Amino acid sequence: MAEMDTSGGGGKHKKGPGVKKGKKLSTRVDLTPMVDLGFLLITFFVFTTTVSQPTAMKLFLPDDRTTPENQNKAKESGALTILLGRDNHVFYYEGILAPDGSNFKSTNFKDIRDEIIHKKSVTDTADLVIVIKPGDESTYKNVIDILDEMSINVIKRYALVDNLFPAELDLMKATEGGAPAPVAGQ
Amino acid sequence: MARPKIPRKSTAVDMTAMCDVAFLLLSFFILTAQFKPSEAVPVTTPNSVANKIAPQKDVVMISLNKDGHVFLSTGDGADDRDKKREILKSLNSSKSLGLTDDDIEKLVKAPFLGVPLAQLNQQAKLKTEQMTSETLPGIPCKDTTNNEMIDWMRAVADVYQGGHPPNLLLKGDNVAKYPYFKNILSAFKKNEFFKFQMVTSPENVPQGTELWKNNMKGKKGEE
Repeated sequence: MAEMDTSGGGGKHKKGPGVKKGKKLSTRVDLTPMVDLGFLLITFFVFTTTVSQPTAMKLFLPDDRTTPENQNKAKESGALTILLGRDNHVFYYEGILAPDGSNFKSTNFKDIRDEIIHKKSVTDTADLVIVIKPGDESTYKNVIDILDEMSINVIKRYALVDNLFPAELDLMKATEGGAPAPVAGQ
Repeated sequence: MARPKIPRKSTAVDMTAMCDVAFLLLSFFILTAQFKPSEAVPVTTPNSVANKIAPQKDVVMISLNKDGHVFLSTGDGADDRDKKREILKSLNSSKSLGLTDDDIEKLVKAPFLGVPLAQLNQQAKLKTEQMTSETLPGIPCKDTTNNEMIDWMRAVADVYQGGHPPNLLLKGDNVAKYPYFKNILSAFKKNEFFKFQMVTSPENVPQGTELWKNNMKGKKGEE
């Protein structure tokens, strides 16, 4: 392609009858690499544009001002309370917290799903209600993660409650020490 | 036996047409792609399996950054700007902030609002470059006694009254603490906003879970 005519000047004279004229170089360029590059860029742009779209998670808040008669009371047997603590710690108990804290269990974001699935399988759908109580030390991510668990496990009834009982706080403090718990999805 | 000579054809195909198509598509995608608006408040959103795209119109976005500072912004459209102007005017009269029309215009142009109500006239004097999530203190909502988000949400409720309710978007940072979130929620509740959306990054539904099975069946997930 990048050849130069090096035959020197006066080529006219030298050309005898059998000598061909300097070959005309074809103007055609091999476009294959260019096509490759084009499609590569297309795929790059397509992937990067679709992935960066943020999604939104809907949350409906309950109306607090309803009269106590209108509030739906959770059945004790169908309730699962999940508490979120410091450093991604998760605690849960079924029904009502025992005075001695014997049914208060500690877990993490990886194992809570099994617990929810288990609870869902053993209780009647109409009675099942999950109460989520994020502690003051829990992060926004923790709350989103646990709400996400609700949609992953298709829990129809759950409530985000923020008044933690002193007994729960004490139990959380007692169990929270030590290393941070592993985070979900890692 | 004279065999007909099959002319040997070159395997090289003319790539020009394909090249044209490739670059045509490329330019199409580049031109139609919407640029991600530069984020005024850097926030790392958590992941969720929610698959609904966040709305772009009639947006009132509340950003909660990692330090727990709260910022309020609206969409970029002309309508949204008008709404922002009305929100500011409503706050100005209800809280007697003493903002001039000029101040309000400047605040409407600001990418986000993130100062206590009493300092809004000072934010109006800042240049856009000076308004960053680091320099501005955020809207106070740390404790329930001094939750200015309630005032903001009241102004938003007033402006959107009667018409289509705003798309409330809450964009929180992974490491923001829950109490801030709680106070924003209580500000929503006090003004009868019971529906809102949280901006998240998409994540795949874990395999084998119930939602995953539903999706496989083609059932629509609950809204």
